[in-house]
Amino acid sequence: MTLLRNLAVTLALALGLLIVSLALTPFNNLRLASIAYYFVALAGLTMLTGLNGQISLGHGALMAVGAYTVAILVGRDGWALVPALVAATVVTALVGSLLGVVAARLRGPYLAGATLAFAVGLPGLADRYPHAFGGENGLIIPPPTPPSGLGSAFPLERWEAWIACVAALIAFLALSNLQHSRVGRVMRAVRDDEVAAQLSGLDVARIQIVAFVVSAACAGLAGGTLAVVTQLAAPGAFTLALSLSLLTGIVLGGLGSLTGALWGAIVLVMLPVWSDDIANHFSLSNDVQSNLPLALYGIVLMGVIVAAPEGIQGALRRLGRRLGLRPSMSHKEEGA
Amino acid sequence: MTSSIRRAHLVLACSVAAVALLAAGCGNSGGGGGSSSPGVSDTTVKIGGHTPLTGPAAPGYSEIAPAAKAFFEYVNAQGGINGRKIEYTYKDDGYNPTKTVSVVRELVLQDKVFAIFNGLGTPTHTKVVDYLNTSKVPDLFVASGCPCWDDAGSHPWTFGWQTSYQIEGKILGDYIKKNFAGKKVGVFYQDDDFGQGGLTGLKEEIADQIVAAKPYQPGNTDVAPQITAIQKAKADILVDFTIPAYTALGQLVSFKVGFKPQLFLSNVGADPTTVGGLLKSFSKGKADTALIEGAYTDGYLPSVDDTSNPWIALFKKIHDKYDAKAPFDGNVEYGMAAAYTFAAALKAAGDDPTRQGIVDALNAGKVAPGPGTVPYRYAKDDHGGFGGVQIGHIVNGKIKLIGQPMVTDPASGPITPYTKPQQTPGDTGVVKP
Repeated sequence: MTLLRNLAVTLALALGLLIVSLALTPFNNLRLASIAYYFVALAGLTMLTGLNGQISLGHGALMAVGAYTVAILVGRDGWALVPALVAATVVTALVGSLLGVVAARLRGPYLAGATLAFAVGLPGLADRYPHAFGGENGLIIPPPTPPSGLGSAFPLERWEAWIACVAALIAFLALSNLQHSRVGRVMRAVRDDEVAAQLSGLDVARIQIVAFVVSAACAGLAGGTLAVVTQLAAPGAFTLALSLSLLTGIVLGGLGSLTGALWGAIVLVMLPVWSDDIANHFSLSNDVQSNLPLALYGIVLMGVIVAAPEGIQGALRRLGRRLGLRPSMSHKEEGA
Repeated sequence: MTSSIRRAHLVLACSVAAVALLAAGCGNSGGGGGSSSPGVSDTTVKIGGHTPLTGPAAPGYSEIAPAAKAFFEYVNAQGGINGRKIEYTYKDDGYNPTKTVSVVRELVLQDKVFAIFNGLGTPTHTKVVDYLNTSKVPDLFVASGCPCWDDAGSHPWTFGWQTSYQIEGKILGDYIKKNFAGKKVGVFYQDDDFGQGGLTGLKEEIADQIVAAKPYQPGNTDVAPQITAIQKAKADILVDFTIPAYTALGQLVSFKVGFKPQLFLSNVGADPTTVGGLLKSFSKGKADTALIEGAYTDGYLPSVDDTSNPWIALFKKIHDKYDAKAPFDGNVEYGMAAAYTFAAALKAAGDDPTRQGIVDALNAGKVAPGPGTVPYRYAKDDHGGFGGVQIGHIVNGKIKLIGQPMVTDPASGPITPYTKPQQTPGDTGVVKP
């Protein structure tokens, strides 16, 4: 039943996205594509952190694994897009499983430290092996060509948005089913009380590794899609700042919820746009303008933590309860 | 939470995303006007560029785009080109290819520029060439001497501007062969198409004299291993294919380890004002231009210190009026000379400029070199920029051009002197002195 319902929701979303994408200008289609691939990464991370209680500061680097996989397969070996994206997902899931084995033995700050080292160290490989990874230059991916059936005037950006949205819908369908399956419930059990979960006969370490694999697969798909949309995989795109902004994104949106991940993706993509608009409106100097998005992130993050510790999604849920849309039974343990 | 509420939230989030995107689309007025090409109206032509205002390549290079803008302001004050004023927007990419991709797409899709002008950098610009050519946006006068811009077959919309590094390497090599025969040569170069192009050109002429060639990755500031390896190879001559920051870093290491070869600097990393300033700041005031005194370099424009040259006089006048905050150096000259080239190309494109029209005018070889001491190579099947250089010598912290300008091709063609005199600004009909 859940599967059918989620399938129906996904199809409805697909139809909505199709209409939106047809109405948008090419540049905004590009932003839609960014929101879509950020959603995939945030959805994966929110499963890990919100649902399973593990922290990762290394998801930016996992995205890099996906991006470089696609860049090497499409740009150098001439693979088609879909198999390359599937490969990016699989390869990153494998890397994630290794990371998960480490993660299952570490807790709290130690886990944060290990994943942080991964985020800082991995992009350095591109500089260490410039012949394989192109150094700081990165690897170029040829722009995806829209199928000729769509007409020669079909904008490249809309096609890129469609690719990214399909990736987002697949991730949404998979994760919303997972969330309500046995695996999802078990993940929550481990998050809430490891000892209790163990006493109930659950293999805690295995479940934590599974959570890392699922989450890494999403990061790989997101990174691969990012590489296709920006036509480039370069270390400059996968800095520590990316890993941190992903974490910011899930906290802002609301931990453990897919809708929250969508809110987070919207904020991550649109906040710099709004900050540029503000800077242009008040004709601020270049120095102020280039730092404004960071300052705004900080302010929004502080505001959300103080006013709505459960993120945007949590605040909306509370608002909904107050408006009497549902009984005021506390149900916050369950992700939406 | 019940599924209906959950769905309501999802729909809400999606609607917010849609509204935010649609709202962001409003308020951005496009180019429009009487012409069929984006960015051209009856009174304006809008162009854009990407340039490092911050990051490792910013010292020196950050002066280029403001200088070009100053030149356009001067032309605009004289009534523009064919009655249209040139509006030039440049965006900071920090020499980071990922940022280049996003600012160029913003310029093309959001600001709807007519053309990308003087996009700076080999590692950066290579990431947008495919995009610009797929989108049929003129990609004019790339600020980099990578031989890769000259590929009219697969990149018909892209045109180089400065002398290709390969041609530069060949002419530098030719000078070394004739004046320093039998000396051992070491090469210190940036590990990308810039340094590799220069090295290829050098090898064309003096492969047998090169005893060591050591690359660096931009971003990594420890260059001691490369310089000491070249010293160990007992090089008498050091050729640098480096950006200014790495010319300075390399010379500081050479100084510390007592390595004193005859220095040859690629035009890219030779501007004495920029390199001198960097030497000062890296050494906290202990070193200055003296560390590159006596070096040989090359140029395709008149020396910025030659105030008797009518182009330098014009550039100085524009600089003092519109760009006085910047030092008057080789970067400012570079930006203004590139801006002249765009103005000349726009004029050649006629009264109703289109994207196709400006490319056709360049392919027809209609653009004169202006301040250049050598001609452009522009033709239907050749999108390279200047076709040669003249050797220069750094004396008293200033570049003095010596001998005659030489021209050649980026392959294995002969190197020949170019004897036609330089045009004056008035000759061009593009700008009044």
